[in-house]
Amino acid sequence: MSRYATTLGGVTHAFGDLKTLLARASPPRSGDELAGIAAGAEEERIAARFVLADVPLARFLAEPLIPAEDDDVTRMLLDTHDNAAFAPLSHLTVGGFREWLLDPYTDGTVLAAVAAGITPEMAAAVSKLMRAQDLILVARKCRVVTRFRDTVGLPGRLAVRIQPNHPTDDPLPIAAAILDGLAHGCGDAVIGINPATDSVDRVVTLLRLLDEWIAAWRIPTQSCVLAHVTTQLEALERGAPVDLVFQSIAGTEAANRSFGITLAMLAEAEEAARALGRGTVGDHVMYFETGQGSCLSAGAHHGVDQQTLEARAHGVARRFRPLLVNTVVGFIGPEYLADGRQITRAGLEDHFCGKLLGLPMGCDVCHTVHADAGPDDLDGLLFLLGTAGCSYVMGVPGGDDIMLNYVSTSYHDAAALRQALGLRPAPEFEAWATEVGILDGAGRLAPEPAHRLAARLPALPGLASTAVIPR
Amino acid sequence: MSDDAGPGGAVTQPGSRPWPPLAGLTPARVALGRAGDSLTTAALLALSLDHARARDAVLAPFDAVAVAERITASGWPAVVAESQATDRRTHLLRPDLGRRLAPAARARLVADHDTSRRAHDIVCIVSDGLSAPAAEAHAPALARALLPSLAADGWRIAPVVVVPRGRVALGDEIGELFAARLALVLLGERPGLTAPASLGAYFVHDPRPGRTDAERNCVSNIHPGGLPPAAAAATLLWLLREARARGISGVALKDDREPPRLPPPAPG
Repeated sequence: MSRYATTLGGVTHAFGDLKTLLARASPPRSGDELAGIAAGAEEERIAARFVLADVPLARFLAEPLIPAEDDDVTRMLLDTHDNAAFAPLSHLTVGGFREWLLDPYTDGTVLAAVAAGITPEMAAAVSKLMRAQDLILVARKCRVVTRFRDTVGLPGRLAVRIQPNHPTDDPLPIAAAILDGLAHGCGDAVIGINPATDSVDRVVTLLRLLDEWIAAWRIPTQSCVLAHVTTQLEALERGAPVDLVFQSIAGTEAANRSFGITLAMLAEAEEAARALGRGTVGDHVMYFETGQGSCLSAGAHHGVDQQTLEARAHGVARRFRPLLVNTVVGFIGPEYLADGRQITRAGLEDHFCGKLLGLPMGCDVCHTVHADAGPDDLDGLLFLLGTAGCSYVMGVPGGDDIMLNYVSTSYHDAAALRQALGLRPAPEFEAWATEVGILDGAGRLAPEPAHRLAARLPALPGLASTAVIPR
Repeated sequence: MSDDAGPGGAVTQPGSRPWPPLAGLTPARVALGRAGDSLTTAALLALSLDHARARDAVLAPFDAVAVAERITASGWPAVVAESQATDRRTHLLRPDLGRRLAPAARARLVADHDTSRRAHDIVCIVSDGLSAPAAEAHAPALARALLPSLAADGWRIAPVVVVPRGRVALGDEIGELFAARLALVLLGERPGLTAPASLGAYFVHDPRPGRTDAERNCVSNIHPGGLPPAAAAATLLWLLREARARGISGVALKDDREPPRLPPPAPG
């Protein structure tokens, strides 16, 4: 008889091992079906949750889902597990953990104290027993505050990344998209460009421009050019002004290898960027992106469900003290997250798991147009995440990324979310935006903010035309 | 009224569209104006229309017979075959099935064509992929611009195989089936809101199932507003000649005639 079995209505459901149990307990997900590990029927899914609820949290330390000898992520997670922080949880089952998390006396301070004792697998497991409102209520209590040139993650605040991508990385259109974002009160998380090519020269050029613009306008924010980590390190070695080092990461060694990275490379990057000392209010220098399905896509999932692997990617991120982490939840396509319902659930899970593990979680609330999703799905997830205390979201002009060809949240969406929930920008950025006339004294977007910027700020350096500021 | 409104500026009114100069600087959707903090009605409707067109592009039926007839009419034999993805939903959710020929289609290709070794230098596959309008609008033009040049070089060209609901790696199986040195797949890319009908061209040397993406070359964004089909054909012609002469494809083969044109990062 399996260790993981239950009998419901005379029918016995047995699950061979912990990873099978977790996969069967997961909410419906096209990627898990593609991998052949999903529950075969709804009753089996709930049976798995009955079994999972009785599994002691300590079991996750005794039974690694992916053997340590096969995977450096497993080794790192076990080696860095904080037993002292885990002690208050060590008597709990997964079901008991859920109730403990929901208890109002388990507040943000308590959660921060145990975060280093929670493994990604424990976070993923408890999330599988949670409804959407549970994921929101608990995540909302977890406040993770990080700093570089401004402060991200404070209660009542929502930061926004400006994502001013362009198909040929042309500076003038990029500047126009940045100006438009700033005029909507966005850019406090980071001004981050996805370059169209991964060339070092290109990355150096973009980093220098961003640095000059941020300096010329004295914006309390940070820049990032989201090339491969090795490309950014090469740019850094050439003297480029690197604020944040970006990398996409995944939850297994083999998937990270398919991204061309190792944990040692990430450690090297963090050290190199921190040594530059470019932060003014803090030294969090890393920016990670994650997203369910990447391990399966790389053929590196080891039979583990995609949400648990995503939590393990968060475990990787936690090691390197990031300023920002976001899940690019709907980018990967419908074979992993089929529709608006799956994207919404995944976004809430990713945010919850990341926050529980102690990460400054944001979300790229997005979808590709071949997923069965639309504007109302994105609005729904955006407002749910706003309620859940999400640290930051994307700001893409009109929500239409003209380089990556997908749909994300816009400057307007971020403004609407702040308006609806009374959320404000990062304090340093808010003070700047008020000073230059983007925000009025009451924190609302002022009329014609671009004209106010034009009147008060110098032209951006490095552009062939100054037409970017409409005078 | 705002006292610092410039020549491009407008009086600040709900629904107005301020600062047109910014909008002229980028194809991105900047300077949309605001109604409160939200989009103006005009901007909302324009965005909705582009979203609808992109969604329709994904769901649009693909007239493989018509595409094959147009290619045949321009002087190149073309045949229709089927992948294992039997309907649109299966195609979207099961990429593995779009990478394989249906057994009956495979048998038919073998029965009808010379698939002996060294019979072909290249086989070209056309598929709707994620945008039937892209494949219908641009693949025949690209084939017409490319194949005569290859033939003039003495290349032995297999019949063009038109396959509804295919994925890039379908070229691996078809290329192996025809024992071709190279397999070239022209298929509709994931639609964006500004480019719902964009074609991608992928090729691999020595095609066979199991080839990885790192072993392929890609020329992407082929459409009149991006890389026009005639220009794409010129790029492909150069790359294909190099691939055949040097016996390689993928990361080892760069288009070093000009700054490299790489596809945007794709999921997976």
